[in-house]
Amino acid sequence: MASAVSPMVGFLQAARRAGLRVSVAESLDALRTVETVGYDDRALLKDALGLTIAKSADEKRLFDLCFERYFNRDGVFDLPPPPADDTLDDPLLSGLARMLLSGDRAALTDALERAGIAAGVSDIRLFTQTGGFVQRILERLGGEGLGRDIERLREAGRIETAELLARLRDALRAAIRALVERNLDLSARPDANFGEARSAGRFSSLDRREIERMRVAVRVMAKRIASRYGSSRRRRRRGFLDVRATLRANMGHDGVPFITHWRRRKIEKPRVMVLCDVSGSVAAAAQFLLLFLYSMHEVVSDIHAFAFSSHLIDVSETLEREPVERAVQTIVQAIGFRSTDYGRSLRDFAKGWMDRVDRRTTVIVMGDARSNYTDPSIGVMRTLYARAKRVVWLNPESRWSWGLGDSEMLRYATYCHVVREFSRLRDLELLAKELTVAH
Amino acid sequence: MAGQSAHPAHQLDRAAALGRRSVISNPNAAIDAVAGGLAAAGYIATRQIATAVYLGGALQKPLLVEGPAGVGKTELAKAAAVHLGVPLIRMQCYEGLDESKALYEWKYGKQLLYTQLLKDKLGSVFAEQDDLTSALRKLNGFDDVFFSEPFLEARPLLRALRQEGGAVLLVDEVDKSDQEFEAFLLEILSDFAVTIPEIGTYKAQTPPFVVLTSNGTREFGDALKRRCIHLAIGFPDAALEERIVETRVPGVAPRLRALLVAFVQQMRVLELKKQPSVSETIDWARTLLLLHVEELDVAIVRETLNVLLKFEDDVKAVAAQAGELLRKAREGALRN
Repeated sequence: MASAVSPMVGFLQAARRAGLRVSVAESLDALRTVETVGYDDRALLKDALGLTIAKSADEKRLFDLCFERYFNRDGVFDLPPPPADDTLDDPLLSGLARMLLSGDRAALTDALERAGIAAGVSDIRLFTQTGGFVQRILERLGGEGLGRDIERLREAGRIETAELLARLRDALRAAIRALVERNLDLSARPDANFGEARSAGRFSSLDRREIERMRVAVRVMAKRIASRYGSSRRRRRRGFLDVRATLRANMGHDGVPFITHWRRRKIEKPRVMVLCDVSGSVAAAAQFLLLFLYSMHEVVSDIHAFAFSSHLIDVSETLEREPVERAVQTIVQAIGFRSTDYGRSLRDFAKGWMDRVDRRTTVIVMGDARSNYTDPSIGVMRTLYARAKRVVWLNPESRWSWGLGDSEMLRYATYCHVVREFSRLRDLELLAKELTVAH
Repeated sequence: MAGQSAHPAHQLDRAAALGRRSVISNPNAAIDAVAGGLAAAGYIATRQIATAVYLGGALQKPLLVEGPAGVGKTELAKAAAVHLGVPLIRMQCYEGLDESKALYEWKYGKQLLYTQLLKDKLGSVFAEQDDLTSALRKLNGFDDVFFSEPFLEARPLLRALRQEGGAVLLVDEVDKSDQEFEAFLLEILSDFAVTIPEIGTYKAQTPPFVVLTSNGTREFGDALKRRCIHLAIGFPDAALEERIVETRVPGVAPRLRALLVAFVQQMRVLELKKQPSVSETIDWARTLLLLHVEELDVAIVRETLNVLLKFEDDVKAVAAQAGELLRKAREGALRN
């Protein structure tokens, strides 16, 4: 039993870290599943676990990724056939050398996994720890003895076998390194990854693969927040008994409450207008913001999106027609990569859409507020501030640089209800709170 | 896991019907057996589907099947019932479905009728009582007569729980029901027991094999999903779809079958309002068989498109490029 459990516990932890939501009940189901189907057939195990753990299309995709990484057993290299001479009969030969030379691939794979678990490799968090873990696992496997064996064989004149063993040692080292890196990959969970653990996790410096992972994470997070918010809405629908109205309505029945009146607090879905700067440096952040908002349509009823750099255009239609990822590219190609003019863009907005802003509208502006020393049109922001329910400014730059150089952030900030730094995945969660809190 | 051995014997019996006992040593053979059983019932299952059905039985968990309309979600439940040799009890969900429609109801008419018929009898019983209080006390002793099993109208859920030897309970299109009903369903699915205040608690002797289907028109609460095995069925690939057509419409010649399936596969790439499903492919194959079509050409395709497509716009869009699609389908069919 214990042997059946341990790799699963590791896998479930890895799955959780990757952003899958696995409840305790589901963990137990997963364990029972494994008990039923066993580990022998990899495809079967994957199918069966996918059915018990992943419960939506997004989760299934994440699960596939996780499973492939975690149960990747191709890592161990092919071993040569056992040597024809009597090397294996040498009683002084270390266990590891015997394993390598006898060509027992399964035993080696097993030993490697065990040594990995014993060294706590799944706890790896930073890539700087890689070397240390490789060393530790090699020691646990008995790498020292291997070195002595090579020396001894060389002294005994069996140069060929010694060479072979040395090559195998290098291959083993590479396999261990692959194992450690796989664990690093698994433990690099999206939000920790883009939080403090790696400063490189800012939106602006993601590589292609990370962006893919981010997208999944953003969608999963949006779903989670949306469902949490949805349940509180349902709860409030019931409302409280309105004593005064009930009494008044039942005057005719001598005050016997035949008709009840319920007081309901009306919860409005926020109407959101979002203005995104799509000029070069902040385009990545814009993409995630739009992706996030559009994934939250259960919470946010009415999104109107604008993009601007040198001037402002209405992009709602593009975003509704195409998937967000592609739409953002189209938009960036249309108006991005020009010098930003916040003043002109805000004036464009005021001219076309200011009359649509009312006390139910939340306006989100996303941009670095670097206006290349043009007139920032502070007046438009003042009007917006007066008309809208909330004005939220998200700035992808670090707080310390606001107001330096051509940044007008501090002047704009006067006319915002909230100003936030917006450079990491975590910040999206804060934004969601901002949107769903009843004011 | 510790509870594994504590499972009541009757639960294991049903698991044995799914091949569990032979299985712990060899799950693959058991899954093959399930796939074979489903195939015998006319349902060609992918490996994943067979695994899901097997696990549902082995773990005693409801199976939540999601996928577009017409990929055979309901058929799966029917085939499972045939395979297990138990009756299928079906409950169609809709908005406003409540306990009285899903679980049980009292036969009001019968209750009323019996009161009328027994009037004289009641009269004689109460005649001895001289005041109202003692008559009431007497009546209190009798009230359960009309709230007993003969007056109970069992609805699908209760029928499934009471069915001897187990059943396949198909809860069709759960996404159409209300959130309240979903919560109610949870209660039943978690312990397969139901309490009727006047009578007592019914606990299923053999828990039914539950299949929930959904078209994904709304998201379920987490609680429901967590209790289920989640199976997503998509459109099948060409090879599988050919096998399905072969089973369901055996009269179609192999060449035509390959071509028509390749054509439908091509259509699914297009952006249509409603993509043709497996059930539509089967209908189309039947239509072509009925019309004695031996070779697919553009004219025939245009004439029979309304079997495959359910929207005027879609029909127009496909008719316009039928020639092109047919050419691609021929290439595709040749390659296979």
